[in-house]
Amino acid sequence: MTKSELIDRMAETQRHLHHLDVELGVKSILEQMSAALADGDRIEIRGFGSFSLHYRAPRMGRNPKTGEAVALPGKNVPHFKPGKSLRERVDYSRD
Amino acid sequence: MSLTKADIADRLFEEVGLNKREAKEFVDAYFEAIKTALESGENVKLSGFGNFQLRDKNPRPGRNPKTGEEIPISARRVVTFRPGQKLRARVEAYVGSGD
Repeated sequence: MTKSELIDRMAETQRHLHHLDVELGVKSILEQMSAALADGDRIEIRGFGSFSLHYRAPRMGRNPKTGEAVALPGKNVPHFKPGKSLRERVDYSRD
Repeated sequence: MSLTKADIADRLFEEVGLNKREAKEFVDAYFEAIKTALESGENVKLSGFGNFQLRDKNPRPGRNPKTGEEIPISARRVVTFRPGQKLRARVEAYVGSGD
């Protein structure tokens, strides 16, 4: 499912809203989530999961083309931990 | 600070002009639509944000870390999230511990 398919499916369940408002709503949610993480905040959605940042320490890397060593600075990467309800629903072994 | 469904709904009320009830319903419907897609075996690709991917795990032997007792871990399907380039770049720029 892509973003535009998500918008279409949402529009079917939110029939009282114009398609454009559904589109704006979905884009607003995604932007709010990205902005929260970019500010170093966590996202906690009960039943779905939580997003947080994981810090990666600085390390020496290599330019794969030249083999030259390059210093890579520390950085944060987004991390998602699925919630209990999502884990249970996707796991076919728990039917 | 952490972002919750209530925070998201408040912004939809302010920015998109949904009323409070619609905004709350919208946020619930949004996460439900993603869960339903994943539950039915579809990967979810939200460009600019990231992809939720399903992975089938083989059964493997495990251990109770407290007792050391061996217990089998059954085959299962799990969800992983791969952040997109744009989100990675925005988050990389954050200087802090991430806590």
